[in-house]
Amino acid sequence: MSKRNPLYDFKWCPGCGDFGVKVAIEQALAQRTAERGDSIEKTVIVAGIGCSGNLVHLQEGPQPFGIHGIHGRTLPVAYGIKSGRPDLNVLVVSGDGDFLSIGAEHIGPQARRNLDVTVVVMDNGIYGLTKGQASPTTNVDVVTSTTRYGKLDEKMNPYLFFLGAGVGYLNSQMSSRVKDLAAAIKAAMDYPGFSIVHVQSPCTTYNDTYALLKGDEKQGIEPLAFPIPDSHDPGDLIAAVNLVRTNRIPIGQIYRREGESVPGHERLARAKVNAGVGQASVEELLTGMLITA
Amino acid sequence: MSKNLVVRFAGEGGQGVVGGAELMAQAAAQGGYHVLTFSTFPSQIKGGPAWGQARISSEPILTPGDYLDVLVCQNQYAYDTNLPDLREGGLVVYNSEEFEIADNSRAIGIAADRMAREAGNPLASTIIMIGAVAQAAGVSVSALEAFIEKRWTRGRASDAAIIQGNINALRMGVEEAKKAGLALEDLEAAPSHDIPRVMIRGFEASALGAMAGGVESFIGYPISPATTMLVYMEQNLTGADKFVGQASSEIEAIASLVGAGFSGRKVMTSTAGPGLSLMGEGLGLAWMAEIPLVIVDVQRGGPATGLPTKTEQSDFIMAMNPGHGDMSVPVIAPGTTEEAFWASIAALNWAERYQGPVILLSEAAIAERAQDIPMPDLSKVKVESRTVSGGAMQNRRYAGDGVSPFPVPGGPGAYVANGSEHDEQGDTTHLPDIHVTMTNRRFRKLEVLNDGTFEAEGTGADIVVLPWGGSKGSARAAWEQLQAEGVKVGWYYTMFLNPLPPTLLAELKTKKKVLVPELNYMGQLAGHLRSLGVNAEAITQYTGLPFKVSDLKAEISRRVQGQ
Repeated sequence: MSKRNPLYDFKWCPGCGDFGVKVAIEQALAQRTAERGDSIEKTVIVAGIGCSGNLVHLQEGPQPFGIHGIHGRTLPVAYGIKSGRPDLNVLVVSGDGDFLSIGAEHIGPQARRNLDVTVVVMDNGIYGLTKGQASPTTNVDVVTSTTRYGKLDEKMNPYLFFLGAGVGYLNSQMSSRVKDLAAAIKAAMDYPGFSIVHVQSPCTTYNDTYALLKGDEKQGIEPLAFPIPDSHDPGDLIAAVNLVRTNRIPIGQIYRREGESVPGHERLARAKVNAGVGQASVEELLTGMLITA
Repeated sequence: MSKNLVVRFAGEGGQGVVGGAELMAQAAAQGGYHVLTFSTFPSQIKGGPAWGQARISSEPILTPGDYLDVLVCQNQYAYDTNLPDLREGGLVVYNSEEFEIADNSRAIGIAADRMAREAGNPLASTIIMIGAVAQAAGVSVSALEAFIEKRWTRGRASDAAIIQGNINALRMGVEEAKKAGLALEDLEAAPSHDIPRVMIRGFEASALGAMAGGVESFIGYPISPATTMLVYMEQNLTGADKFVGQASSEIEAIASLVGAGFSGRKVMTSTAGPGLSLMGEGLGLAWMAEIPLVIVDVQRGGPATGLPTKTEQSDFIMAMNPGHGDMSVPVIAPGTTEEAFWASIAALNWAERYQGPVILLSEAAIAERAQDIPMPDLSKVKVESRTVSGGAMQNRRYAGDGVSPFPVPGGPGAYVANGSEHDEQGDTTHLPDIHVTMTNRRFRKLEVLNDGTFEAEGTGADIVVLPWGGSKGSARAAWEQLQAEGVKVGWYYTMFLNPLPPTLLAELKTKKKVLVPELNYMGQLAGHLRSLGVNAEAITQYTGLPFKVSDLKAEISRRVQGQ
């Protein structure tokens, strides 16, 4: 919505990391449309369910299309849009619950298809909208309303998960660094293929990790996040795995598969050309079934 | 002279029993006969009891036939289990290498496998059996030879040898039947036809109807008995602007259809009961966000994995109410092969017109049958498309109390298609009056679907029959026989099950009793009709097989007389 809508009755908490992601997406889309001379209506934001999904209603300025669907199914919705309408720019916004728990089954298939969409994952390590239950990226031993004895299952490493699933383009950012995040989202949208920008976007109410991520000298907290050194080669999968396999959070371009990235819809178009198929009409197909007696 | 020949090939999956029945039907159709097939097999690649049945007739037919004139069986088990369906005076043709029938007064034993091997064509044993059947039933052998020639002319160097091998095999079977000296009454000559006819399978009719109706994207997940339609689309919906995809699950399939429908495309999938169960939440999204899409549910035995390859009509309640919350999904259920073609067009049109999901209820027995039908008259195809927003409404996509213009991404009218309750522009809201307004809007949209047609005959009777879906054929045949016998019972039929044509519903409400033959335990349509104020009574069967005409006739008669 371009202006405040009095009927819309959702709010993010003060200080929520998702505010930064919202602004970064607005900036990235503005830059993209300006560069391409495209209309904003050629972009669709596909949102899942959770605090993150409400981003689609909170976009300010020129309005893209949006679809705010059901929990966990952002990627299939995006697949349907992009498979028939490759001319559209499709941006998926999701959270760690929506994308990595209920929706995790869809990551592998779309990565392997090289679906030409960009996913922005807002990872706050908690189910916020349902008021504080453990998510796949909640740390082990953390007590939440559903982990009375401390979280028993290990924290998921989403970066390793993505690389294992065959994701060819992976960038990691923090919601507090809006300019860098906007540039990363813009670059990911320009990439022809499946791209993920995984964002640390803290929940100030249930899992405030700002200090942990950035560190706090006074409290003696070492920052979890660190900039990816220039020496890292994003084309090297093993180097990417080594970069993400600790509990620390690398910030920057983790991986970009080497060689040409052919998006899924382009693979199909090329295959049809190679096979020389056209479209037989219904009349022709029925004629092939004619009884000639 | 006989008007009908019903042949069943029974054996194990992989022995060509289904193919044998189809080959016989194909050949007879090419010779001018009316044909209809039915097959049933277990859910495995090879092995397990299977049979294929072909009915060949000099008259138009509605069913694959109740009782067999010829039973062809490959093994003892097939013989034992299928013998009860052989009519009095019928013949058995059997594989004498597998078992022996002591009383050979009505049975012809053939060592078909050995003979086929000796003839140098081990795959021809089914054709040897067909030769024996043709000879015994007085089917023209030269017409079969002509069909073999046509069927195996494929532009390959080996064509001539294969054709000759198969013709030799056919003649071996003919000789075996002559030797046995057993024969049925000859089949009447094939009728002549003045309109072009096609030999088509049910799933092909559904798929071609969808293509005539303008389907652009088809995304599905393999599941019996609906896979055939996905494969047909993969092979034939191949234009540069068309998309056919195999999803990773039915959950992915329905959500991607929502995305594709939202993007402005005409979209469809095929699935069966378990898949429809998984699609419930996504269907709710399509209903809520007002996205046109069509799901073909080829019904099979349920619940859970149920009877994956058998026929049943037990998904009606789920089709109407596939998910949680207040929704009533439109349902169209074709009852014949011809209707399968037109039902796909109607379903796509309904989806486009009211902007929401539509379920096309097919079933295994319809999808898998092969039948000769008049070539569909394509000049009668009317394709509807959703009214697209020109931008006059700006972003107020959900404004008004009925169907409103549909903004297509890339064009004007950017909004949020929302599965949460929403205001006019699609923003989430929880206000009570908006939920009331929007719920009313979604149900009011159904009023544009009141154009369903129906059949009505003998409507003066106070007891009527109203079958649905694939039970139409058996019910119609039973009803015609009862009419001929002077039993006073009326006939109603529609493939538009939800919403029902309003005039039909009004007429049904005036009836003393409405008998609903349906292949399920619960009497699902009958129950729904009762909720609408119709005194409906189900006639049920849940064997995984279609109704026999004779069973249905007896039951209708009993219910009419028991009034």
